Amino acid sequence: MFAALADTSRRSMVERLSRGPASVKELAAPLPMSLPAVLQHLHVLETSGLVRSEKVGRVRTCRLEPVALQTAERWIADRRAGWVRHLDRLGEYLSNEAQSPNEKETD
Amino acid sequence: MERSAVHDTFSYDRHYDAKPERVYRAFADPGAKARWFTGPPESKQEDVSFDFREGGKETTTTIIGDGTRFAFIATYTDIVPDERIVYTYEMTMNGQRISVSIATIELRAGAAGGTDLVLTEQGVYFDGLDQPQFRREGTQQLLAALEASLTEEP
Repeated sequence: MFAALADTSRRSMVERLSRGPASVKELAAPLPMSLPAVLQHLHVLETSGLVRSEKVGRVRTCRLEPVALQTAERWIADRRAGWVRHLDRLGEYLSNEAQSPNEKETD
Repeated sequence: MERSAVHDTFSYDRHYDAKPERVYRAFADPGAKARWFTGPPESKQEDVSFDFREGGKETTTTIIGDGTRFAFIATYTDIVPDERIVYTYEMTMNGQRISVSIATIELRAGAAGGTDLVLTEQGVYFDGLDQPQFRREGTQQLLAALEASLTEEP
């Protein structure tokens, strides 16, 4: 996936698609390259699973694909990071409590 | 909206220089738990409740800087004092369910004193969040991860 993105043109295509689906023509418009070159980049993005495209009539519409999975992965990463933070804080709390002469909570 | 359910299990082992009773109390006592089980900085909490007994509920709504509301709604299902705490919980974002999880906290007296803690969490994470702002954030994170991975390379 990172290889697919390791190119300025493909990154700008993904950034454009992150704002919503677009036709190949729309994707190509801001890029200083030929349409076949754009299609080649699109092919790399589709092979990587990042982008899906669909042809209706004469218009090929492209959209970002793995958003649901990315979202879940993001929550999972957040949850894991949250627990690491909590367990660290628990350790700090226990050692601070141990240093205090009074075992009971004072504040 | 595309539906998906992604499962994940993770586990963390920690050792603390405190007896199991004290570690247990850090989970069981509301005042003690509030000292370390806190939300991210710059956030505020609402709807806070804590009923530590089997069948009892714990709730917290965390509101982060941009106003997004994350609710934590837990039910304690299995409590063995000083040894084990199990609860199920759901998380919602602005009322929309993100995940449902089982958290298991196991405490054992360490071989050389202190407490060995094992936290295991099993969860299912839902889609339901395929909205433009998350799509954008997701992509930005992806691009940031890319930058990082490229920088790390020799």
